[in-house]
Amino acid sequence: MLKPAVQTTVQDLGRRGSRHLGVGRCGAMDPAALMIGNALVGNAVDAAALELCLPPASIRFDVECLMALSGAQCRARLDGAAIDTGRSVLAKAGAQLELSAAPDGARAYLCVAGGIDVPIVMGSRSTDLQTGLGGFEGRILRRGDVLRVLPPAGNARPTVCSAPYPAAGPIRVLAGPEFDEFEPQARTAFLQSSWRVTPQSNRMGFRLAGPELRRSVRDELKSHAVFPGLIQVPPGGAPIVLMADAHATGGYPRIATVIAADQGRLAQVPPGGSVQFTLCTRAAALSAWQKLLAFVHAMRSEPDAH
Amino acid sequence: MSASDVRIGWVSETAATLELRGDTTLENQRRIWMMAGELRARPHVREVVPGMNNLSVELDPAAPDLESLPQQLRECWLRSVPATPPTRQVEITVEYGGTAGPDLDAVARHSGLSPAEVVRRHCAGHYTVYFLGFLPGFAYLGGLDPCLATPRRSEPRFAVPAGSVAIGGEQTGVYPWTSPGGWQLIGRTSMRLFDAAAASPSLLLPGDTVRFIDAGGRA
Repeated sequence: MLKPAVQTTVQDLGRRGSRHLGVGRCGAMDPAALMIGNALVGNAVDAAALELCLPPASIRFDVECLMALSGAQCRARLDGAAIDTGRSVLAKAGAQLELSAAPDGARAYLCVAGGIDVPIVMGSRSTDLQTGLGGFEGRILRRGDVLRVLPPAGNARPTVCSAPYPAAGPIRVLAGPEFDEFEPQARTAFLQSSWRVTPQSNRMGFRLAGPELRRSVRDELKSHAVFPGLIQVPPGGAPIVLMADAHATGGYPRIATVIAADQGRLAQVPPGGSVQFTLCTRAAALSAWQKLLAFVHAMRSEPDAH
Repeated sequence: MSASDVRIGWVSETAATLELRGDTTLENQRRIWMMAGELRARPHVREVVPGMNNLSVELDPAAPDLESLPQQLRECWLRSVPATPPTRQVEITVEYGGTAGPDLDAVARHSGLSPAEVVRRHCAGHYTVYFLGFLPGFAYLGGLDPCLATPRRSEPRFAVPAGSVAIGGEQTGVYPWTSPGGWQLIGRTSMRLFDAAAASPSLLLPGDTVRFIDAGGRA
């Protein structure tokens, strides 16, 4: 790691099954991008990779390895030659990768064949920045850090991601348990406004700026489990979308939930960017997720995709 | 309590929450712990998270019985009886006041008691772990002496030291990690509340009874 991005962390698909102990999921903010990147280098979809938030960054490969960039479309050069996001390439020993600002997206993933080798903590290699669990010493990477790579699974060959991802359009949400408790104009405003992702947004949550969302019911909710994707509305009326590092429990009214297939798309909206929400059904949400998994799976089974 | 006293709804395409209407009681919370244990043993279950008077379950999107999750929660609730967990009593030794508990005087002032009386009452309580959340190993405890209830600080601290024993509103708890926090800090323990490498990483688990012991021996 010659020059880390503003926030570079080791992430896989996150920590599952420990939320009742207060342990957050963490993991890639854009799980689809991580899965695609891993597929491109022949890894299991949940192998650990580097999540680079807002390049520029500079990384040197001390050993030869197959690598791929996914997620945000950053400008990238490997030993001076331009390389594309969504395509795996062989980096020779000593090769230097330079990433410059992403014109499209906020988070890029650098996947290497074999995956990043850091200890598994409670079932995951993901970095939990709040507690320092997992990842590389539980922290954001710094200049000079040296990361090891696990042995690659097989004879992965350079591959190209054969379809554009992510799709455009508003972020799809399911109505939350308290959706109907918001005033009619608040529900309309929620679904028709363009929301700005404020600079106070991070891996824990995206704070959105827009019209004030007023709830017609005043009572406070008792503490309950919350999950990434949930959109809470604190009494101030400005929604917060919970992201990968969200706490395990919360207590604010839940107006909606971003569907799993679109959580990565939202994660790619940089601070200052805008998002719109549209309601969808659970059936559509599940089908969108299956479609995404099928796309990743097809890529893995067709290493010679054009 | 009958089926009409619960509300069950989806909170994502793969997770549903069962919420009990009305006040939180220890008996209902015991039924929630019972349900949590039963549901966690089922296949395709990703997360089972008890809350205060509620329980959330997340299934794998590929779970064959995903669509019946709300019915499963309802049936599980109706079948449930209050768990009688092996009552573990955990004693937490606390250094009260001074630099370990910089807000002890503020709690004393608010409650109209002397700092020594605040410590005595805090140590006299038998607390029950209702559920965990916020941070790994952070236990929401019921049983604080109402006299000790003190509002959160108007300005949260940027970094509350790990092990801090605190009061926030009508609750008391121990910060397992150094983190931002707005509760009133009355003391600190050197006990480790969370160890990711341990077979059971969290010192405190739902159903445990907690007692605080004054390291200074004033209790």
